[in-house]
Amino acid sequence: MNDNIALHAQGLYKVFGRHADDAVEKLRNGATRDEIGSATAAVIDASFDVHDGEIFVVMGLSGSGKSTLIRMLNGLHPQTAGTVEIGGESITGVSAAELREIRRTKVSMVFQHFALLPHRSVIDNVAYGLEIQGLSRADRLERARKITKIVGLAGWEEKYPSELSGGMQQRVGLARALATDTEVLLMDEAFSALDPLIRREMQDQLLELQSELGKTIVFITHDLNEAMYLGDRIAVMRDGRIVQIGTPEDILTNPANEYVEQFVQDVDRSRVLTADSVMRKPRAVIHDGSGPHAALTLMRDEQLSAAYVVKRDRTLVGWVRDRDVLDLVRKGERDLTSAIQTNHGAVSHDTSLADLFIPTLEAALPLAVHDERNRLVGVIPRVTLLASLGGEPDADASASPRPDPLPTAVVDKALDASDEGPSTTAKEAR
Amino acid sequence: MDFRIPVGDWIDSLFKWIGAHFGGLFDVLKALFVGLNDALVWVFATPPAIVVILVIAAAGYLARGWRFAIGVVLGLLFVVGVGQWDNATDTLGLVLVAAFLAIIIAIPLGIWAAKNDTVSKVVKPLMDFLQTLPAFVYLIPALAFFGIGVAPGVIATLIFALAPGVRLTELGIRGVDSEVVEAGQAFGASPRRILRQIQIPLAMPSIMAGINQIIMLALSMVVIAGLVGAGGLGGDVAKAISSLRTGLGFEAGLSVVVLAIILDRFTGSFGQDMGLYSKLRGRRNKAKAADEQARLEAEEIIDKGPWLMPGAGR
Repeated sequence: MNDNIALHAQGLYKVFGRHADDAVEKLRNGATRDEIGSATAAVIDASFDVHDGEIFVVMGLSGSGKSTLIRMLNGLHPQTAGTVEIGGESITGVSAAELREIRRTKVSMVFQHFALLPHRSVIDNVAYGLEIQGLSRADRLERARKITKIVGLAGWEEKYPSELSGGMQQRVGLARALATDTEVLLMDEAFSALDPLIRREMQDQLLELQSELGKTIVFITHDLNEAMYLGDRIAVMRDGRIVQIGTPEDILTNPANEYVEQFVQDVDRSRVLTADSVMRKPRAVIHDGSGPHAALTLMRDEQLSAAYVVKRDRTLVGWVRDRDVLDLVRKGERDLTSAIQTNHGAVSHDTSLADLFIPTLEAALPLAVHDERNRLVGVIPRVTLLASLGGEPDADASASPRPDPLPTAVVDKALDASDEGPSTTAKEAR
Repeated sequence: MDFRIPVGDWIDSLFKWIGAHFGGLFDVLKALFVGLNDALVWVFATPPAIVVILVIAAAGYLARGWRFAIGVVLGLLFVVGVGQWDNATDTLGLVLVAAFLAIIIAIPLGIWAAKNDTVSKVVKPLMDFLQTLPAFVYLIPALAFFGIGVAPGVIATLIFALAPGVRLTELGIRGVDSEVVEAGQAFGASPRRILRQIQIPLAMPSIMAGINQIIMLALSMVVIAGLVGAGGLGGDVAKAISSLRTGLGFEAGLSVVVLAIILDRFTGSFGQDMGLYSKLRGRRNKAKAADEQARLEAEEIIDKGPWLMPGAGR
């Protein structure tokens, strides 16, 4: 993804019925949807940018105006007010012929109920957009075959849509849109008519295609889980207005208002949130250069039974238990290395919560989280993980830390002894 | 009180005015109707009956299959047997001319009405009016303008048969899944192209039902057309009524039934996968697909290079 803006929508309004312009004026002056008389406001003041190669999801319940909004992005519904630019070119206020040209070359669409031409074979459906672009039959069939293969429909070219399952039909719809090679792809509830297993499969395939082809996608859905799964950014719509635009995590952790908050309650957080959104600062870490004495002191002060060991640049080395360090101290060792265990089981910071449960159970310490360069960036205690699923990230503030560090008295005695000399320490400890 | 709306007078003067100003137009129309009718009748009546019957039966075989072909032969032999063959060819000519004209008016009108709500609002009551006004009534001005003969028969039949064609075309086009039409728009197709490639093909079953209805209604008008001298089977029915000849009436009437069944089955088979024609077409498509597949595989081998082909290496 880069920062070029593929699609820019500014102050879009769509009002159906008479006196639409008056209604827009009233809405601009703060009137609500119910206060504009007989006219129906489907979209109110929608503004957003979609970046190149981004999946921008517009999410809302039925009647929220999302289908109208997406149809304004390619002029199927002329806007009542506002502007839309695709690739820097305005599609609002142009002639019908210019608009058709833009639709042929800049923006294509995938429909909820597939909208295939039932009297044409799969390959001719895929080639439909190319046919309108004016490609010769041989050229368009060649390209259509390639795309058909990419979406996994090779061997089905000569079948008719009625002979295909829903998922396959939508693949044809997707192939038809991809074949035209437009920068922007509009997907109107594209997977909503499919059953859940197929839907999941199609979502994965879309993400895969997206990473290969790098299309800019505007995806409409009423399914929040789908939005969270697919979206780089999500716009939540309610009653014709966009109430929040943000990344899935933004929406989940910082809902803009009560509506969004209610909406996100049902989301499977464990799939959306990643390790770095729930991790905490480690209470204490030990530098690999410090000796057993310093390490034990730190653990005593922090009431820890174990701690992670990192290098100066915070690269994770391993972890130590207080008992092992205590042994070293009693032996009078000056080097911590022999006590360091390397089976820390740390996870990458972009691991989703669903994949954290087993590692947290296996780890002796709060689970370590590292970044791309293997530096320790945080830890996830089990309680934090559980609390984050309940939707209250701060609930663990009062939760107790891992129990049973060594009794302070024992540690103190050992430390004091080591101050006097290694030999005595060892003797007393026995 | 003498309450009287002089509608009759108004209509009279209206038609007088039309007759005075558009007389030339009616002459042209009359020549057209008569010419078309004569041409068609010539086609049916010139060859021996058995040849025409076999040709129709062959067409029936292509359209629906051999059962229908046998039915056609038996039915038409019956018509010949009761001495109505000449009348039947006259009637067939009249029906086909009227139906053809009705179709070329009804389908564009239906499409226009489907695309434009205002047109639809005007056309609907007009069609209701034409269909419910007793046929005899508009036969009167038709007679006045065209005189006795085929022409008033054609025009009366045409008007009567128009309505279902317009209605079913409009219904069919409006009933096309709006998402599919949107798909055409979304990919930048022009309205004309959407009409040609999406709306008409998808509305075809409904349009075909309209054409079927047009032909059926046209046939039901032949008796009335017979009354005004259009001849054919209707002429014999009219003769039988005026002279109370039950036998003749039934012979002509049953011949109408035979024609009706044959025409109905013919038009009903359009757009459905029946008969030899669609079988042949299906086979051809499959062969084409297989060719294409073979070509692709060949290309793939060429792409991979000759060294992958058996026997090409060292």
